[in-house]
Amino acid sequence: MSGTLITGARVLGGDPQDVLIDDGVIVALGAGAREQAGDDATTIDATGLIALPGLVDLHTHLREPGREDAETVETGTRAAARGGFTAVHAMANTDPVADTAGVVEQVWRLGREAGHADVRPVGAVTIGLKGERLAELGAMAESAAGVRVFSDDGVCVHDAMLMRRALEYVKAFDGVIAQHAQEPRLTEGAQMNEGELSGRLGLRGWPSVAEEAIVARDVLLAAHVGSRVHICHLSTKGSVEIVRLAKERGLPVTAEVTPHHLLLTDELVAGYDPRYKVNPPLRSAADVAALREALADGTIDIVATDHAPHPVEAKDCEWDAAAFGMLGLETALSVVQHTMVDTGLLDWAGVADRMSFAPARIGRCDTGDQPHGRPVAVGEPANLTLVDASTTTTVDPSASASLSRNTPYEGMKLPGTVVATFLRGRPTHHTTGGTA
Amino acid sequence: MIRHLLSAGDLSLDDATLVLDTADEMARLTEGRAVKKLPTLRGRTVVNLFFEDSTRTRTSFELAAKRLSADVVNFSAKGSSLSKGESLKDTALTLEAMGADGVVVRHSASGAPYRLATSGWINACVVNAGDGTHEHPTQALLDAFTMRRHLGDLAGKQIVIVGDVLHSRVARSNVLLLATLGAEVTLVAPPTLLPNGIEHWPCATSYDLDDALSGADAVMMLRVQSERMNAAFFPSAREYSRRYGLDARRQALMPPEALVLHPGPMNRGMEITAEVADSARSVIVEQVTNGVYVRMAVLYLMLAGTNTGPTPEEAA
Ligand SMILES: [Zn+2]
Repeated sequence: MSGTLITGARVLGGDPQDVLIDDGVIVALGAGAREQAGDDATTIDATGLIALPGLVDLHTHLREPGREDAETVETGTRAAARGGFTAVHAMANTDPVADTAGVVEQVWRLGREAGHADVRPVGAVTIGLKGERLAELGAMAESAAGVRVFSDDGVCVHDAMLMRRALEYVKAFDGVIAQHAQEPRLTEGAQMNEGELSGRLGLRGWPSVAEEAIVARDVLLAAHVGSRVHICHLSTKGSVEIVRLAKERGLPVTAEVTPHHLLLTDELVAGYDPRYKVNPPLRSAADVAALREALADGTIDIVATDHAPHPVEAKDCEWDAAAFGMLGLETALSVVQHTMVDTGLLDWAGVADRMSFAPARIGRCDTGDQPHGRPVAVGEPANLTLVDASTTTTVDPSASASLSRNTPYEGMKLPGTVVATFLRGRPTHHTTGGTA
Repeated sequence: MIRHLLSAGDLSLDDATLVLDTADEMARLTEGRAVKKLPTLRGRTVVNLFFEDSTRTRTSFELAAKRLSADVVNFSAKGSSLSKGESLKDTALTLEAMGADGVVVRHSASGAPYRLATSGWINACVVNAGDGTHEHPTQALLDAFTMRRHLGDLAGKQIVIVGDVLHSRVARSNVLLLATLGAEVTLVAPPTLLPNGIEHWPCATSYDLDDALSGADAVMMLRVQSERMNAAFFPSAREYSRRYGLDARRQALMPPEALVLHPGPMNRGMEITAEVADSARSVIVEQVTNGVYVRMAVLYLMLAGTNTGPTPEEAA
């Protein structure tokens, strides 16, 4: 038989074993895979590499349609494949906004045409992200894109009544509202984390309480109407405490943390370099420690990149004028290894859960025709990521597959390399001159 | 001496003392002279890059540069990239192409001079002439110069700064410089106008102006925009004046020799009454005069040593 034999891979960081994939499916695992492979199978020597289920990003900005100067579905998903992702959820704040079945189907189709990773469009909660009237959530759910995650990300659904209705309404098709938790009045003109440094730098503060007030309100609303709520890019110690308490009470809340909030602190803003400008802002070291701990103990369910490409001129300016956001897809796994695995907070099975199983479950793409976040087991789709955890690489923005260059990690040494990514058995990325 | 003057906190005690002593020298050399020009910066180009209108600060820098015989270019950028005008970067590249030796920049965005100095767009020395709600180091220097002329060494002196600290670049620069000079600063404001984390600043704070005045050697009143009440920083201009304005009754609480300062422009009747502003203990007009000496000192110390133009001897 044909197919691909991956030899000696440490599945989820366990003991080395062989994995045989054929026709997009894992057909054999461990002893016997080699015999079953036959002579015409392509062999990939994965000795020493970690095999993970293909990563799933619940929070990606692909910028198409509307800002193809910053990123396209094609370039963004190529970056995703290089980062080990086999599925990304494309946020709705495009131009036009993804608030109709037509736009979400367009984005979904562009993803299929590019073929680097499955694109799961996120639908806007309100028309034009204006926070006034609900978008046609049902039509987007029933479209070919099969939307299950709805978000006005970029802005908060701050109207409590509207948020309540949205939470209730999506129950009909098992959807989830992903909230960008930012109380708007407390963050007017906000430029960075509110704290000692914002006062010193004369930059308008973005206080933790502006996130926490919305998180607290929304877990209570979700409990009240019996719906799921997902908190985007949770960034503060206080939000962690609220979500922890809510989970102890069995409330239906999930949360994500970005790689940059796991690694970087607001001290970086001191030089006014807009590469560090992001929303929510980089927080204090105490927040970073709380986020890592919460991701380790499961209070925070997943890592999501909030990959936010911007053209050069959007960052090559004074701080106030610069755009919020940073690249994330290609560095996410390295940052997670650095902050969570190499620190002993999480093992590779934990990484598989936080970056594949759990995000797929929250986005409801763990079932259906082409599921993601499935166990690495016989009969499951061959969505796999091979990682060399022994390397150290200096981040070079010019080497990125993204159209944009706004990485905050430029020049930083980060561990781990994604050696290969397989989407239903087909390699969507492999390092040249490497083992794949 | 430092290459750029971006923050008053960049100045060591030696640097700050050097600037103040040099300003004394500038005053001595030009005060009462018919010809107020020194040949020190002949052949150097100083650009006043103002993204925000400020006739008084621009004029002060212009006068300072001209008294040192520098070529002065006033470049008032109509709007910044914030308002979709020419970008800071493009403006910087233009100035670089013109061969600017020093750029004096005023900008509504905090940190803009920092970007100008550190982004590699430009080789010139950058002097921060006020950036957003961040800093205004030459204002702090002229305030210190003015106080030093009246009070002598500022070490141990009690300086009270009153008003909208949250939005004040003057307050930030003064706190940093006065701490370096060894003065004891107390900031007085309603709690809404004191920034988060102020407990880490090298100064004391108080909500009670009457209390703070009794031991003051100098009281500096900050400009307060009455529009701040629209964002609920205080209920009304009238209540603000009553609680934090400097009037004759409060001036009587101060020691008789205590100075009254204001960086201007004043809101008479808001943070300060006309009676106090025009009183014998007010040095507000003198601050303006001293601003020129201090800026001469800064430009001289930063530019005369650079090797892009003739040395002072050659120029002379
Ligand atoms: Zn967001």
